[in-house]
Amino acid sequence: MKKLIVIALLCLGIGRATVGLAQDDATNMEVGVEIPRLNVSEYHRPYVAVWIQDGNRKVVANLAVWYQMKDSSEGAGTKWLPDLRQWWRRSGRSLDLPVDGVSSATRPAGKHKLSLASDDQRLTKLKPGNYELIVEAAREVGGRELVEIPFTWPTDKSVTHKSKGESELGEVTLTLSP
Amino acid sequence: MSRLLLSAFVLALLIPVTSEAHKVWLRPSQTVLSGAEPWVTVDAAVSNDLFYFNHFPLRLDGLVITAPDGSSVEAENQSVGKYRSVFDLALKQRGTYRIAVVNHGVFASWEENGERRRWRGNAQSIANEVPAGAKNLSVTESLGRVETFVTNGAPSTESIQPTGKGVELVPLTHPNDLYAGEESKFQFLVNGKPAANMQIELLRGETRYRNSQDALTITTDSKGEFSVRWPEPGMYWLETSTEDSQTEIPQAQSRRLSYAATLEVLPQ
Repeated sequence: MKKLIVIALLCLGIGRATVGLAQDDATNMEVGVEIPRLNVSEYHRPYVAVWIQDGNRKVVANLAVWYQMKDSSEGAGTKWLPDLRQWWRRSGRSLDLPVDGVSSATRPAGKHKLSLASDDQRLTKLKPGNYELIVEAAREVGGRELVEIPFTWPTDKSVTHKSKGESELGEVTLTLSP
Repeated sequence: MSRLLLSAFVLALLIPVTSEAHKVWLRPSQTVLSGAEPWVTVDAAVSNDLFYFNHFPLRLDGLVITAPDGSSVEAENQSVGKYRSVFDLALKQRGTYRIAVVNHGVFASWEENGERRRWRGNAQSIANEVPAGAKNLSVTESLGRVETFVTNGAPSTESIQPTGKGVELVPLTHPNDLYAGEESKFQFLVNGKPAANMQIELLRGETRYRNSQDALTITTDSKGEFSVRWPEPGMYWLETSTEDSQTEIPQAQSRRLSYAATLEVLPQ
């Protein structure tokens, strides 16, 4: 009898562990980026890059880069991408742009959301550990700002981290949910 | 009346375009020199970032250099490159040289076969290139001065007397005697008269190495004067503009006047 209970308990334990693992694999990510409305005489939409880096500041996932993708007399807006200077150094300069699912057009002032489903390759490749979400913005004839949100991956309960920029970025949020 | 309204509308459309103009600048290799015949070399460009040439070269057609004795001198080794123009200047006289690029141009827009046409040129070419009876023709004259100052030996003021045309800076503090932490005084003239309420933008170069523009915005007082306490040493770019209706080109309805100067502020 005792033996049976132990086996049952063991089974339960294993069951729990596997359920736990399944949940870990199934963490969704939602990033909120607010571009503030600025009262300036000459306004251009900012270039914005969103990425995840590890403890060694190595980029482990590029979530988005918003820039002028239309052709102009100076070519597509890739000329000004190095103004996102951290992103450019850590990742941008070795990418072949545009990157599918990462590159997109600049956005107007307001709140923007990036949703990554748990089966997104960029998330399935993330090993458990501590990371930072980085949002960097640079604006023509404006300024440049970088906002960081440290987080632990994965999560077994819903959690929302928040940070706020002071000039070129408004509220930045990171929501992880199983 | 409807035509007046329309030209007012066209003008309103023009203003945001011109206010988004890139920065036009000259950058001397140095401003304080000494010797029998020291040389300066000057970069001239149009860009958003100061003082980096990454957009357009500034054409040197309107280059006017005034020597300390008030005479005009020629620049040497003029060259227009992909992103900047360059010229050299031998400072044979002692005193202050005024180095300026003065552009007197015309901008016209009109309708032709239902399409909007735009044209940019000068007073001589407008009669040939813009149809006189064009539909909804709008003509704006522009007078712009971009300048900088360099001094061999002690600063002098003969070369920096106002010409009475367009926007001009009267340096009440000599433009080659600017030091961080000190206050300097200037006056703006428009067509030779003191200009009150001029909005001035003042920016320090090396914008690549900081996160914000850190622009200073200054307004001239009732005598057209303003003062600046220089926060730190560096090359500064000072800009202002205004409009009037004292056109010299008969076809023009209004005139845009602009001014930009590069001023070097030395450390104490």
